[in-house]
Order: sequence, then C-alpha cells, then structure tokens
Amino acid sequence: MDFVTRGFQGRPRGRDDRLPPGQYLTADFPVLSAGPTPGVDHDDWELWVATEDGTRHTWSWAELMELPSDTVTVDIHCVTSWSKLDTEWRGVSLDTVLADVETAADFALVHSYGGYTTNLPLEDLLDGQAWVAFEFDGDDLRPEHGGPARLLVPHLYFWKSAKWVRGIELLLEDSPGFWEQLGYHDYGDPWREQRYQGD
Amino acid sequence: MTTPDWDGNLMAGPLSELFALDVTAAVVRCRGCGSATEVATLRVYGPDPGLVGRCPGCDDVLLRVVRTPDAVWLDLGGVTSLRVPAELPGPSA
Repeated sequence: MDFVTRGFQGRPRGRDDRLPPGQYLTADFPVLSAGPTPGVDHDDWELWVATEDGTRHTWSWAELMELPSDTVTVDIHCVTSWSKLDTEWRGVSLDTVLADVETAADFALVHSYGGYTTNLPLEDLLDGQAWVAFEFDGDDLRPEHGGPARLLVPHLYFWKSAKWVRGIELLLEDSPGFWEQLGYHDYGDPWREQRYQGD
Repeated sequence: MTTPDWDGNLMAGPLSELFALDVTAAVVRCRGCGSATEVATLRVYGPDPGLVGRCPGCDDVLLRVVRTPDAVWLDLGGVTSLRVPAELPGPSA
C-alpha cells in the first residue's frame, strides 16, 4: 500500500505551504545523536510491546519482515529547524504491529537500543500515522539514521521518530522521554511550533 | 561504535550560566561504573537538541544540558558526585 501525504491535502501544495513555522528546507539528511550508534544485527534484533498489565509481545526481525509493509512518502521536520520534503520510507504500520495488542493505555513510551526514549499519545501511533521503518530511499536504513529500524511519526518533530527502536511501553499515564524530561515539548507538533515546554 | 562529536569542553558555555566556578575542571563520578572523570574529558554528543555528556568508561549518560530560549536545563542524574576545585576562603578582614 502506498501513501503520499500530499495527496491527503486535496490539491498540490507549494513548498512554502509544506514548511512549518521557523523551519528551513534542506536537501541533506543531517545526523543528530545523543550517543554512540548501537550496532544491532538482524539476528539479535527484537521489537517488544509491553502493555500496562505486563503482557509482552515480541517480534524477531524475520517476524517483522513477514508483516505487510507500506511505502510512504512524507515530509519530516526536525526541532533543530531543518525540514526535508518527500522522503521515502518503507516500514510496517503501527496499526499492524498493535493489531492484536489489547490495551486500555492512552500513552506510549518508546525505547531504543542505546537507551533513548520518547513519549507520545498512543493515538498518534495509530490510524496510518506511524511506522517501524527499515528502508529509506529504497535502501536498508543506515545505522546513523536509525537502522536496522526506527520509528517514523512524521506529523511530529523528528525527535519523536526514535532511531534504533526496540520497544513500545503502553502506559495509562504519560511518562516523559529523554528530551521531554529536559525542556522539550511533551507533544511536539511542528505546525504549532511546539519545540519547548510552554510553547 | 561511533566517535563522539565533542569533548566536555563544549559544555563550558552553558554550564557557566549555572555555576560560578569552571565546571569543566570538575570531577564527576559515574553512577553506572563508578569511575571518576573530569567533565572536560567526557564524550559529548550534540550540541542539538542538547548536550549529552557520556562516561568515557562505560558510555552511560552522566550529564545533559539543554538551552531553551528562556531557561537552562541540567540533568546530573548519571553522576553520584560532582567535585569542583575551589580555593580556601581567604581570611576575613
């Protein structure tokens, strides 16, 4: 299944219309990291989802590859002010990953190999808004960009699209992640310029 | 394993907004592995979205600094102590 976000707008939008406030366009793909790039082999890779009652679901790399995947073309917006348009990814929708997970949770805390975390409302991971992405621009996702797999949640600032995703903790209460604990906005909507707490 | 972007001297600017003394010469003890390290020799990633200082011994996060438009945020959760060199107070007049 292919998604092109511009198509959802009903008419083609110009580049300026697609640039949230305070952002500039880049053709590069800057690398921002809070730590060393973890080397995770496909054989050792695992994705887990833990619900609020402690139930744990896991997928090996091979099991993830057996799930239906989407090719999506989306614009991405980094809180450090760069935006990149029409980026192409391939990944498994979180709707698919969470399809058989029973939960009453309203929040998710996403965990990465290397210890990074970020929090989102669970509803922002559903309804075709988020993927576990493992290809970028037709190639395997490179380690510096989050490979073997990263979260992709393009409607929020890109720090929410956790590199090296390894698990999703489903929670009844919100729990701030790595940057959200230290001054960054809890939600991070680029169109409302929610960079820092209080924005 | 990737090489960090910077060493702890990059933290001198934002930390000088918080501390009266030069904290790059301070010694922090890692909560993870127990090793003691000068802030100047930390492995530092950043500067954006924030500065992340990691232990040269075990790579645990020792301290983080974020400068927002109206605040400096400091997390020292990865250290058990911070020892800052200081002169003996002079005799009072």
